[in-house]
Amino acid sequence: MLFDLLPPALAGLILESLKQTATMVVVAALLSTLIGLPLGILLVATEPGHILERPVFNRVIGTVVNLVRSTPFIILMVAIIPFTRLIVGTTVGTWAAVVPLTVAITPLFARLAEAAMREVDRGLIEAAESMGATPFQIIAKVLVPEALPGIVAGQTVTLVSLIGYSAMAGTVGGGGLGDLGIRFGYQRFMPEVMLAVVVILVVIVQSVQVLGDWAARAVNHRIARRRKLA
Amino acid sequence: MVSPVTALPQSLDFKQPLTPAVQGEIEPDGGNAAAGRVAVRIENLTKAYESAAGPVLDDVSLTIGEGHIHGIIGRSGAGKSTLVRCLNKLVTPTSGRVIVSDREITSLDGAALRAARRDIGMIFQHFNLLSSRTVAGNVALPLEVAGVSKADIRRRIPPLLELVGLTSKADAYPSELSGGQKQRVGIARALALDPKVLLSDEATSALDPETTEQILHLLKDINRRLGLTILLITHEMEVVRAIASHVAVLEHGKLIENGPTFDVFAFPKSPVARSFLSSIVAHDLPPEIAGRLLPEAHGDTDPVLRIVFTGDAAHDPVIATLVERFRIRPNILHGRIDYIDGKPLGVLTLIAGGLGERLPDVLSYLSSLRLFGEVIGHAVRPAAPGARRAHS
Ligand SMILES: Nc1ncnc2c1ncn2[C@@H]1O[C@H](COP(=O)(O)OP(=O)(O)O)[C@@H](O)[C@H]1O
Ligand SMILES: [Mg+2]
Repeated sequence: MLFDLLPPALAGLILESLKQTATMVVVAALLSTLIGLPLGILLVATEPGHILERPVFNRVIGTVVNLVRSTPFIILMVAIIPFTRLIVGTTVGTWAAVVPLTVAITPLFARLAEAAMREVDRGLIEAAESMGATPFQIIAKVLVPEALPGIVAGQTVTLVSLIGYSAMAGTVGGGGLGDLGIRFGYQRFMPEVMLAVVVILVVIVQSVQVLGDWAARAVNHRIARRRKLA
Repeated sequence: MVSPVTALPQSLDFKQPLTPAVQGEIEPDGGNAAAGRVAVRIENLTKAYESAAGPVLDDVSLTIGEGHIHGIIGRSGAGKSTLVRCLNKLVTPTSGRVIVSDREITSLDGAALRAARRDIGMIFQHFNLLSSRTVAGNVALPLEVAGVSKADIRRRIPPLLELVGLTSKADAYPSELSGGQKQRVGIARALALDPKVLLSDEATSALDPETTEQILHLLKDINRRLGLTILLITHEMEVVRAIASHVAVLEHGKLIENGPTFDVFAFPKSPVARSFLSSIVAHDLPPEIAGRLLPEAHGDTDPVLRIVFTGDAAHDPVIATLVERFRIRPNILHGRIDYIDGKPLGVLTLIAGGLGERLPDVLSYLSSLRLFGEVIGHAVRPAAPGARRAHS
């Protein structure tokens, strides 16, 4: 419907940008989960009194995480250009944007996952220890499953933040909807393009939030649910 | 190597003399060495936290006989949870040893400790069930942890659920269960690996009295059917009375009392134990009566006699004999009979009017019946009716 109002060439551009945004967000989200969840686990499990107590290590990774989180994204993007070149071989384009996005969002997700896992009742961990569970078993069978609703909610926050960051990353060569909005909507005075971009982003963010809330509820068994009668 | 049972150090040394009626019955180890094999041996266990002022556990020694339900009772903060956590080394003691089914837990670490823990089940006050798993999933957890195959786990869950009466709830989540049902899941989970010993830390403290009774009944049933040794930590005397064959009292980290439940209930040696028992056994007089007793005899006082009736002697016509043979005019102040471990236990306090010089005779008569009597004070003799003072 929206696309019918736009010239076909523009509709194509928007589709192309949508694909770029989706690539950046999905790939960065996957990578940040892959790195951030273990990081979050380490942040919880190595703190004093926990199953893998390593106070010094815990303070070191905590500090690194805070450092990255307190660096503004636009500065981070520039600062890690050498690292980006090392990883993807170039510093422009969608794939090059994935690197700073991942670096920026991973500590956020790690902290959210950490907070969720910190909420897990120590009694559950004690119960697992009393059964003779190894630290790894406690993580895999207790800590993560019990924190899953919170982790999924954190994932939703991360995705929404990523969509915002990806618009910024786009302006330095990553492409995507944010970039399209600036180039056409702002620089070429085409407000209808700006509007289309904003509407699409709002719809995406809303959908992510609704889906995320639903998923968090689906994995939450802490509160009794009325079972629907078949 | 673990030394044979008969060579157990007699580590509990109660300073106070035993009461005449039970002399020779209470052994320092609670009579366990004579009764059979030892399931748990605790030797000089001490635990001190850097942050705490004194030690939380202070030189605790205790043996628990195989197949016994051994209660450990004490006030909040006495160190009960710390003690029970030393038994599976969830807490590492500062010094002392713990031996559970011939294995010195305190010397184990890593994989060996984890293997030993599989022989020790544990249930908790707040159940500690995984909200993310169904009832069956929770009971499966220790089996998964121990590396039991999926097929074996599937086979072993139904009998466990049947044992605790939750077959129909296999697919329910803990949030859909009542407190009593949750503790049943906890019990099934604790039994999944066929433990030798079950540790229960206030397992009924979060439950209402009726549910408490059901859970205790289940524990007793399991104890009888499986011969499972149970260490029952509680702050409620009722729990001990209901199912414990033996009981130890912990106060400020020290073991101040230990023995067969009936003996400890009938003849508590410490004021703490007595006050603990007051809700169940009428050892102490109600304060309004106790306040009127005088410590010393005077010309116009009569001695107040406390008589403890135990077991078989409870059928003898003791009061009648006191009246007929010793010419006592008993005035009963306070009394109660309870059943502990299936045996009657009565405590009767009376003013022994007209006793005079015959007190030693009365006490030896009582001890000949294996009853225990003592003078706990003196009561002012009521004035003759004609000389009644106006204000009394
Ligand atoms: N980790 C700890 N650090 C410092 N003190 C502790 C710790 N755990 C328990 N304590 C102290 O030890 C004492 C006994 O606690 P606990 O064993 O839980 O008693 P109980 O179970 O009999 O109520 C309490 O005074 C408590 O504050
Ligand atoms: Mg406790």
